[in-house]
Amino acid sequence: MAKVLMKGNEAIGEAAIKAGCLNYFAYPITPQSEVAEYLVKRMPEVNGVFVQGESEVAVGYMIFGAAACGERVFTTSSSPGVSLMSEAISYIAGARCPAVFVNIVRGGPGLGGILPSQGDYFQATKGGGHGDYRMLVMAPDGVQEAVEMTMMAFVLAEKYRGPVMILGDGMIGQMMEPVEFPDNLYVPPTNKDEWATNGMDRRGSTSKNIVKSLYLDPKVLNQHNLTLKAQYERMKKEEVRFEAYNTDGDYQALIVSYGTMSRVCKTAIDNLKSQGIEIGMIRPKTLFPFPEKAIHDAATKESCKKVVSIEMNMGQMIEDVERSLKGKREVTWFGQCGGDIYTPEEVAEHVISLI
Amino acid sequence: MQKEVMFAGFGGQGILLSAKLLAYAAMKQGAQVMWIPSYGPEMRGGTAYCTVVTSDRLIGSPIIKNPSHLVAMNRPSLEKFAPVVKKGGIVLINSSLIPIRSGRDDIEELIVPANQAAVDLGSVKCANIIAVSAFAARSGMVDIEILRKCVQEEFASKPKLIPINMKAFDEGLKIAAAS
Repeated sequence: MAKVLMKGNEAIGEAAIKAGCLNYFAYPITPQSEVAEYLVKRMPEVNGVFVQGESEVAVGYMIFGAAACGERVFTTSSSPGVSLMSEAISYIAGARCPAVFVNIVRGGPGLGGILPSQGDYFQATKGGGHGDYRMLVMAPDGVQEAVEMTMMAFVLAEKYRGPVMILGDGMIGQMMEPVEFPDNLYVPPTNKDEWATNGMDRRGSTSKNIVKSLYLDPKVLNQHNLTLKAQYERMKKEEVRFEAYNTDGDYQALIVSYGTMSRVCKTAIDNLKSQGIEIGMIRPKTLFPFPEKAIHDAATKESCKKVVSIEMNMGQMIEDVERSLKGKREVTWFGQCGGDIYTPEEVAEHVISLI
Repeated sequence: MQKEVMFAGFGGQGILLSAKLLAYAAMKQGAQVMWIPSYGPEMRGGTAYCTVVTSDRLIGSPIIKNPSHLVAMNRPSLEKFAPVVKKGGIVLINSSLIPIRSGRDDIEELIVPANQAAVDLGSVKCANIIAVSAFAARSGMVDIEILRKCVQEEFASKPKLIPINMKAFDEGLKIAAAS
């Protein structure tokens, strides 16, 4: 398929359709409202469904309902909206339903602002909702990757029977880049007859399927949590994704950065390289599971003296970087909030000040 | 080689569209492109600006503080952004609405009375097309004929608007050639 020029938000909407998702529930919020604007036109063309909920709380449970019925379903929102959906995300994780959530992050806390941010790293990776659940989180660095990750998200949600999140930011939602929708990322939905409430007649069964997250017997609940944990452990083995940039040779410092910020860092690294200064970068594409080993190995390379976590927040991913380094290298944080993003020049200047 | 052009003006002047057309044309030529809007809380009649980046290799940072070129459609845009344009860049000044100049001698000014020329053609709404074709002709950032096709495609769903926009497109080329 030929490349088309699309806004990130619109491309995410189209990617969901291309992934075979025909159910979209959402509530408008800047900077992701174009997804709904796009899908309100597109969904009827493919016999899909778009319902605008009365709030993000309602949307969260619309997602739960459709997912429990075995349908591919997704929503998009931005930070305050995702907070409201977090209760439902916990229920969805507890009930083991596959669903995709897209967070086009804006500045916080509270209403914060409407400009790009990575302030929801903790919320996404450490559980915005309650209870012992984890969520597979992917962070695209541009429109093309947002498309690919959205398409993959539905497959991964079904593989692990749980919520999967795409953690973008306002820049990725708003900017336009040429994109392709790779046909090979479409995977037909799994058979959900074993657990989904998709109708006894429809599946030709005489036994009921029950989707729930309530287990009052402590032994049963513990067993349920062990089942969930087994999924998360498997994710750590099979789903870690990252990009290593300029790490083949020697480098004096390692940047860990993701999403929009990592694009800025790449330009900074290229500019420094042309001045003879080598800096490497590990860009996590999955934030959970986190590329612990890749970061550890890249940071402990003989030539690498400094590690810096560069984020559009006040220092959140740095805690995972610290954990990955197991005390073998010190890591510092560089970043800012509010929507202004450091330029490549500012990143380069900071990195030089470290080495 | 990476080039950036910032389009700036009032909301409603077709700033985002002319930038999108330029990005489209560059994409069709096989270049890497990025269209970066400045979004934020805005009011009717407020400022609108966005940046188009084209490159022959993967584009890194979407944060562009010093664009190669500027298309300024109103005075506040010229005052705000002319100082940050890279040395040797082109600054298009919509002289119908901007009585001043950039005040720089290390850039190339392209004076285009876009609004007046558009009114003369029959609709002030096509001032943005005059500006983008004049800019493209002078800067060589994209192929003119590919850009012309992109304009036609943009208005494919409203075919009665194509003739006036084609006239505007040619007018832009003429102004760029004459200045």
